[in-house]
Amino acid sequence: MFSTLDFDVIRRSIGYLFYEGMTFTLTLTALSALGGLIFGTLIALMRLSGYKLLGRIAGLYVDFMRSLPLVLVIFWFYFLVPYIGQWLTGASRPIKVGAFSSSLITFIMFEAAYFSEIMRAGIQSISKGQPAAANALGMTYSQTMRYVVLPQAFRNMLPVLLTQTIVLFQDTSLVYVLSITDFLGAASKVAQRDGRLVEMYLFAAAVYFTISCFASWGVRRLQARISIVR
Amino acid sequence: MIELRHVDKWYGPTFQALKDCSTSVAKGEVVVVCGPSGSGKSTLIKCVNALEPIQGGEIILDGIKVNDPKTDLPKLRSRVGMVFQHFELFPHLRIIENLCLAQEKVLGRSHDEAMAKAMKLLERVGLKEHAYKYPAELSGGQQQRVAIARALAMDPIAMLFDEPTSALDPEMISEVLDVMVDLAREGMTMMVVTHEMGFASKVAHRVIFMDRGEIVEDALKEDFFGKPRSDRAQKFLSKILQH
Repeated sequence: MFSTLDFDVIRRSIGYLFYEGMTFTLTLTALSALGGLIFGTLIALMRLSGYKLLGRIAGLYVDFMRSLPLVLVIFWFYFLVPYIGQWLTGASRPIKVGAFSSSLITFIMFEAAYFSEIMRAGIQSISKGQPAAANALGMTYSQTMRYVVLPQAFRNMLPVLLTQTIVLFQDTSLVYVLSITDFLGAASKVAQRDGRLVEMYLFAAAVYFTISCFASWGVRRLQARISIVR
Repeated sequence: MIELRHVDKWYGPTFQALKDCSTSVAKGEVVVVCGPSGSGKSTLIKCVNALEPIQGGEIILDGIKVNDPKTDLPKLRSRVGMVFQHFELFPHLRIIENLCLAQEKVLGRSHDEAMAKAMKLLERVGLKEHAYKYPAELSGGQQQRVAIARALAMDPIAMLFDEPTSALDPEMISEVLDVMVDLAREGMTMMVVTHEMGFASKVAHRVIFMDRGEIVEDALKEDFFGKPRSDRAQKFLSKILQH
């Protein structure tokens, strides 16, 4: 069987695969993680705030996002965002949203639900005495969060946040439903064009595996270093 | 300076932590609050700067009503120093940063000004050479001295101490008490929850004895140690002075 395989297709397409595909994948991963972390932290703060209504809204959002398959959210969002945009701006026709913006918004909103749970656990892991001490020094709620609670919560949760980002890196391949040229999309296009499905999918799997493995190894090393410093 | 009038505090609908507590601390006065565990003494001191809300009565701090919803609590709290049982230094910041953070963010001092103040206070508590370490690298006694310096950096008009030596190993208690004694002798207004009766007899002006959420006895130091009037205070004193 292997005698019929032609791995030269990888060499021929490598520039396209990495410059176009992997660049897109990594950009989407990084921006989604950043946006997800920011919105996730806000949702976590809402859930932990004393205001019942805010907490309920945030809780519903998280439950809703976590109860849907990601691929469905990506799909729906791509078709819905133009109409939501039309409705918000009062335009006469659905506004145009590129595939990248649409998938980025989807991933940020989806990941925010997961990151918020991580940040919530992180904030709750800080003893009550810490915000009390900050308050006693005259800090406001936002100063207490910004300078005392969130930096510690973020630090404690960094390994978990990074692990979630590795999962996100793999999940970004789901944008193939929008025919986007991410890494998997690029590999898939080359595979179909040259009729080299086995080679390209093997190669794509190997690349995802290698990057994720190295990243996980890095997280484990980081975890060991953090636990020493603490 | 600090005045409590008929303060009631409830935890939930059934447990009353403070019952009709009234007392005051005058400028320059050192008041020690003692009593068995669960008597409400820590709760009482946390109510003074509104870390715990109260349900009845009123607390006046330097002429400002603490439990008034219109009061700017952060501003009021920045003028009263507080030292906690478990130090509560910020573990992700260096010692010097612990001392500078609130000076810069709350009082709006420049970085240089805050640094100078911080260094002066670290020197005072004998920890200048540890300025660039993290809290976890210091002993409990050193951490508590840093916590006192951090509170003093805000130039407080009064200091609240919530069992400052209860979490310390015995050999570290005196280094913290020494700092507190100095502070008392300089005329700082202090309210101190503690079991250290040696400290009380050395520098306190008055002693408050609490039991089950009530102020049972509020007497001048000499009277309290001479002959406490209430049975409960007598029993408590005989227990802790036994050894």
